[in-house]
Parts: sequence; structure tokens; C-alpha cells
Amino acid sequence: MTEGSGEPQGGAPVNQAVALRVQRATLPSRIGLGVGLAAVVVLALGPLWALDSVLRTLISVFTLLALAQMWNLLAGYAGLVSIGQQAYVGLGAYGLLLFADTVGLPLLASVLAAAVVGTLVAVPTALLAFRLRGGYFAIGTWVIAEVYRLVVTNVSQLGGGSGLTLRAASTVNRTTRLYLTYELALVVGVGAVVVTYLLLRRRLGLALTAIRDSEQSAQSLGVPVFRTKFAVYLVAAFGCSLAGAVIYLNLLRVQPEAAFSVNWTAFMIFIVVIGGVGTIEGPIIGTIVFFALQETLSGYGAWYLVLLGAVAVLVTVVARRGLWGLAADRTGWSLFPVQRRLEERW
Amino acid sequence: MTWVNVVVQGLLLGGLYALFAAGLTLMFGVMRLVNLAHGDLSIVAAFVALAIVDAVPVNPLWTLLVVVPLLFGVGYLLQRGLLNFTLRGNDPLPPVLVTFGLSIILQNLLLEVFSADSQGLDAGRIENASIRLSDRLAVGWFPLLTLVTAVGVLVGLQLVLSRTRLGRSFRAVSDDPEAAGLVGLDHRHVFAMATAIALATVAVAGLFLGVRTTFAPSVGPTRLIFGFEAVIIGGLGSIWGTLAGGLVLGVAQTLGAQLSPGWGVLAGHLVFLAVLAFRPTGLLGRAVPA
Amino acid sequence: MLLEVDRVASFYGDFQALFEVSLEVAEGETVAVIGANGAGKSTLLRTVVGLQDRATGTVSFDGRPLEGIPTHRRLGLGIAMVPEGRRIFPSLTVEENLKVGAVRDRPGRWDVGSVLALFPALADKRDRPGTLLSGGEQQMLAIGRALMANPRLLLLDEVSLGLAPLVVRRIYETLPEVTAAGATVVLVEQDVGQALAGADRVYCLLEGRVALQGRAADLTREQITDAYFGLRGPG
Repeated sequence: MTEGSGEPQGGAPVNQAVALRVQRATLPSRIGLGVGLAAVVVLALGPLWALDSVLRTLISVFTLLALAQMWNLLAGYAGLVSIGQQAYVGLGAYGLLLFADTVGLPLLASVLAAAVVGTLVAVPTALLAFRLRGGYFAIGTWVIAEVYRLVVTNVSQLGGGSGLTLRAASTVNRTTRLYLTYELALVVGVGAVVVTYLLLRRRLGLALTAIRDSEQSAQSLGVPVFRTKFAVYLVAAFGCSLAGAVIYLNLLRVQPEAAFSVNWTAFMIFIVVIGGVGTIEGPIIGTIVFFALQETLSGYGAWYLVLLGAVAVLVTVVARRGLWGLAADRTGWSLFPVQRRLEERW
Repeated sequence: MTWVNVVVQGLLLGGLYALFAAGLTLMFGVMRLVNLAHGDLSIVAAFVALAIVDAVPVNPLWTLLVVVPLLFGVGYLLQRGLLNFTLRGNDPLPPVLVTFGLSIILQNLLLEVFSADSQGLDAGRIENASIRLSDRLAVGWFPLLTLVTAVGVLVGLQLVLSRTRLGRSFRAVSDDPEAAGLVGLDHRHVFAMATAIALATVAVAGLFLGVRTTFAPSVGPTRLIFGFEAVIIGGLGSIWGTLAGGLVLGVAQTLGAQLSPGWGVLAGHLVFLAVLAFRPTGLLGRAVPA
Repeated sequence: MLLEVDRVASFYGDFQALFEVSLEVAEGETVAVIGANGAGKSTLLRTVVGLQDRATGTVSFDGRPLEGIPTHRRLGLGIAMVPEGRRIFPSLTVEENLKVGAVRDRPGRWDVGSVLALFPALADKRDRPGTLLSGGEQQMLAIGRALMANPRLLLLDEVSLGLAPLVVRRIYETLPEVTAAGATVVLVEQDVGQALAGADRVYCLLEGRVALQGRAADLTREQITDAYFGLRGPG
């Protein structure tokens, strides 16, 4: 990979130093960046060219993409396989209700406040859950999500089992609210991708790769394993709570059974597995595939979920790195290059 | 209801949880695999029993003769044909993903085939008969039978592990699969036997649960959670621990339900969280290497 | 020839540990494979027993190529290895470790009784967990475990590793009894003296290739030192 690393070129003496630089961008990634920026601009102008129903679908797409990126960050990069992220979707939803209806904050501030609350709850959650490993960690997170659901269901001020509707939404004009939610969802979706990418470019990314490869070795090299995993867990909690709040800003009706449903995590898992675990491009591809499947198979009831499950199982066993993994293996592309290369400096 | 009665009822329920969790413990002990479809498989067993009982009017307990061998075979094939492939390498992700996917598949298949309605298995007179132990304490025949069965199965499992050739194979393969290969053990087969036995116990648990409570396609995950809590409370890596954990969970739930009907399950969760916070290795557990 | 290794190359991922190694062992012989650390001795044994993920060339046992036969079935054919580092099962007692060695039920003179007679130090520790023994006792247990399979070919990987010389000598003193019962032995050793004392023939490996081979009695110290350290190149 390193060119000119001290080897003689032509008749040059061996110890002539060659200037090197660390480079990350590749040609495909630069093209990808251009295309991506263009796409984001077109999407941002959505209210100008899209039908309301299309905007609603896109809100689901963006928020689900954000959720998937967060799950991918946890499981694909930090090795934390959580089946409890629905806890934060629910907390985001109920946080939104709390701040917008009870406390009376403006909608945007309520969404942010809900995300902060979710992150705060993630602190003791992580401290408990991290005592478990592997598959038991997975179920542990699920149990904790169930506990949150049960607590909320048993508190009548939060609507109990039948839930509550976001009353503060009616203070804003319906179309304005739709456009606002849409733009917010776009920011959240794109933001999740960008934040994940930026995080992985920094030392955190290297630390995570080391931990993922071998936790013990990473620890012996001085990588702060616990702190790193803890930080990633909090970031994911923030992202999921934020997405949850936006989702319910759109849906308006919050019921504990639905807001804390494990299906949220099932969808996250499906998207990430199909698209490619441990890559940033994967969840993007996965979200597209997921929605395509949803549109075509919506009439088949539970068979649709059977198919989702079967495809996820198949992909895990046969093509572990998902659709993007298959493509990247063939072409060597990386749209979100986090690996560093050594290049000669001209 | 006196408190003694409540505790006794809790122990009887706990025995059932322990029976259910035994399979989880076995699979984790032998191959470090957490089967997220464990609960759903117990529901499958109950539905198979229901289908048999609908066709041939017998007491559901007789269906054990069919359901247990059936799930034994399913377990062997499942491990050999699918789950063994997720255990290659040290990645914790594939086993979780595949068993989770399996859980989704099973729940929705059952939903399509049987509908979402709650079902029950009717064991007839034996269900409601009870023994009077004292003026204030009555114990149902069936729950007692359940507890006896649970303890019996757990004792049987422990004996298999400690006294038989298969049990030695389980322990050897769990310690060091490569060295086990050197002495002639085919770890693929040994793993499959572990899953086969685990699913056989799940069949028994599923049937008894189906008689004692109602069941529906979506109930699997709740059961999985109870089984998991029993394992953690009792301590990883110990069958007796699973028994203890199940009993503690059962008692916690019934005590909680006494205080307020909706609080039973939550009480169990809180005990689980407390154990996790203050004694993570569980009541009887040894630390298991990560 | 009981064992024929024909131009075998063996890899750990992309790293090649053996280059075209050929070796043969006649039934009843004791052959020693010596060489420095990293020469490929253990890799050779692992290849014979089928533990290497990637290997080319042919390994034949009793005339039959072993390609495609998994490790656990090679045990059934009569090839048993005492692995480097002993690898006793911690969850099993001494007696259970021995019993698990007989899983394939091969007939022969070795059973729990006769193995404990060979290694009396283990006899009063039969119910102890296998790893709660001294290094020497664990090594005896590992050898005993392999013997329980009544193998035709016994592979010993670095038996002396980490053990005091006296203990090593005592273990090697039991070897004649093992071969007298009919086993063919291939032993990998860093302790050259012990290897030469116990073996009929010797192969010396250097960086994954055979640098020297011959009858133990015929080779000079100088030849061996040269081959071992690669002072003058192979041959």
C-alpha cells in the first residue's frame, strides 16, 4: 500500500526520504460525496415537489435510517448487540409528550429535550447492562426496555396502557407541521450518517475497530474499552431518542405497546444486516431495500415479517457483510472512507 | 390468601420457570449460544399439542409422547443445519441475529397458521383438583405435578452432565472444542445433541405452561425474558442455579401480584435488576469467561 | 510406511509455515522432529492430525490419503495427538479426562486401569479436576488421555515444554512401554538431547523446511547444530 517507502527508485539512494501523507478520500468517495450532497439538496426541497403522502413516507425513511445507523454503530462497530433500542424510541416519544404538552416548550425544543432525557436514562441503563456479555447482553437490553414500557404503562398521567396524543401539535398549522417534521427528519437522518462518519474518522473509530477485533488486546494496548463502549452507547441512545421523538411528532398518537415495541429493533436489525453490518453505506442501502419490500409486500400480513426474518437469517449465514459488503468486495469502493492510506505527497 | 400460600404458589410457578430456563442454561453452557427463539419454541410445542388434541381427543399430557421426540429432532436439525454455522469464529453477532430472526419467523408463522387468539390446553379434572395440606394451605395437583416434573427434569439433566459419556462430551467440547476434536469428539454432533435435549425440555415446559396459562403466537418473547431472568438470578453456568433463580422469580412475581395485580411481572424485573446491580454472578453462579 | 507426508505446505491465513515438507514413519518406529522455535514442528503435527485450515500436499496413513477426513475421525483411524500445552479439560476430573479419551472405543491394552498403572502419580488424584495438577502430572494425563484411544500413531508435541528436566526424563522413561505395546511415535521436541536419546530417526526442520534427516545414531552433533540454526544451509 505504501509507495516509495524508502525503496530505491531508479538510481536514487536508499535513504532518501519520501514525503508521505495520510489520505482518506478516494475517487469513488469523492463522487459519492458529490452525489450525496446533490441528493440532500433535492430532498431538502421536498415540500416544493413532493406530495404530502410522499413526505410522510420519507419521514419514516429518514428516521428509520437514523435508527439503523445507531444500531449499526452499537453492534457493527462497538460489538454491543442491543435488542433494547426501542426503549429510547419510546423514551423519545414520551419525552416529547412531556415537554411539549406538560411543560409547554416549543415543539423543536421538546424534541431536543426528549433526546437529552433519553441519553440521561441511558447512563444507569448502560451501567447495568454492561455487566452482561454477548447474547445475554442482548436479552438484558430487551428486559430493560420492557421495564420502561411497564413503568410507563402503569403511570396513569402518561396515559397508561391506552396512551396519549400530542396536543401541542394542534397549535401549529397542519401543513407547516408536516414540512417542519419533514425537514427535521431529514436533518436527523443525514445527521446520523454524518455524525457516525465523523466519529469513526477520529480516534474513536480506531478504538472501536480494535475493540471489535479483540477486546483484551485493545485493553492491553491502553484503549479505554469501558469508556469507549459507554460513550458509543450514549451516542446511540441520543440518536434513537431523537429519532423516536421525530417519529411521534409525525404519528402524534403514543401508545406504550407500540412506542416500546421490539419491532423497532427488528426493523433496525433487518436494515443493517441486509445492507451490511459495520459499514456506513450498509444502512443506507438497507433502508431502501426495506421500504421497497414494505411497499410491495404490505398486503401479505404476517408473511411479510416471516420473509424479513428469513432474509435476515439467510444474509447473516451466507453473506455476512450484506449487500454493501458484496459490492465493496468486488469493487473496493468505500463511499465513506474511514480507513487511512499512505500516499506520496507531490 | 395467606403469605405462606402466596410463597407456595410462587414456588410452584417458579418450578415451571426453572424447567423452561433449563434449556437456555444447557445451550449456553455447552456452546455459549443464547437462543432468542427459546420462548417461541415453547409456544410451537404448545400449538403442536393443540393440533394433536383437536384431531385426537386425548388429555394434552399424552401429547408429550409426540411433542418431546419431535422437538428433540427439530433441535438436532436446527443446530446441525443452521446454528452451527453461526458459531464459527468469535463474532457474537451471528447467533443473536439468526436466533432473533428465527423468533420473528416462528411468531409470524404461528400467527398466519393459527391466528392471534389466545389458546389453552385443557388437562381436565387434574387441573382443578387440589390437595389440602392444612386449613389454610391448599396445593393444586397440577402445579405440584409441574414442580415435580421440573425438578425431575433438572435432576436428570444434572445427572446426564455429571455421570454420562454425553455429559463428559458436553463439558469437554465446552472447555476446548479443538482439543475435543483431538480425542475424537465431533463438536458439530455434540452441539446438536445439546440443542436437541434443550428443545426436548422446552417441549415439556411449553406443554405445562400451555395447560397452566393461555398461550398465543406473540407470547414467546415474554417467556424468553422470564427464562433469562431465572438464569441470571440463579447464576450462569449452573443448573441448580437455574432452579434457584426460577423459584426466586416465581415467588417475586406472585408476591408482587399480591400487592397489585399489574405489578407481578414488574416485581420480577426489579429483582432481576437488583441481582444484576448488586450480585452480577447470581445467587449460585460462578463467573463465566466472556 | 504407516505415515507418509508428501510435499506438504501449511498456512496460517496468509502466512506459510511449512514449505514442501516430506517425511515418512514406518510402523513401530520412533521418529523425532526437532528444530528451533517457529521452525514449523507443531504445524507439521497439526497438519497430520487435520487441524490446519489450509494445507497442500498429501498426508497418508497406512496408505490411505487423509484429505477431507476431519480431525475427530482421524482419531478413529488410530492417530492421536498430545497437543502442545497439554490442553487438559478443566471441567473434567483426571479420571474423566482419561475416559473422554476413549470416546471412540478403540480396542487395545490401554484403559483407565493400565494408564494409571503407567503413571502411578495420577492414581490417587483421579477425582481431582484435571487442571489442578502440577505441570508434569498434567503432561502425564495428556499422554494418558491420548493412549486411551489405543492409537497406532501417537504424536507428542513439545512434551518437555515448561517442565523440569527430572520430570521430563521420568516421562520419557515411560515411552518404551508405550512403543512396546505397538504404538508408532512421532515426537516434536526442543530438547535435542532427549529427542535423540529416545528416537530411531530424526528430522530437523528449519524455517518450514527439512534441513536434515537420518538415523539418530548416525548424525553428528555438528551436523545437527548446523541444521538447527541454519548455519550452513539445508543438506
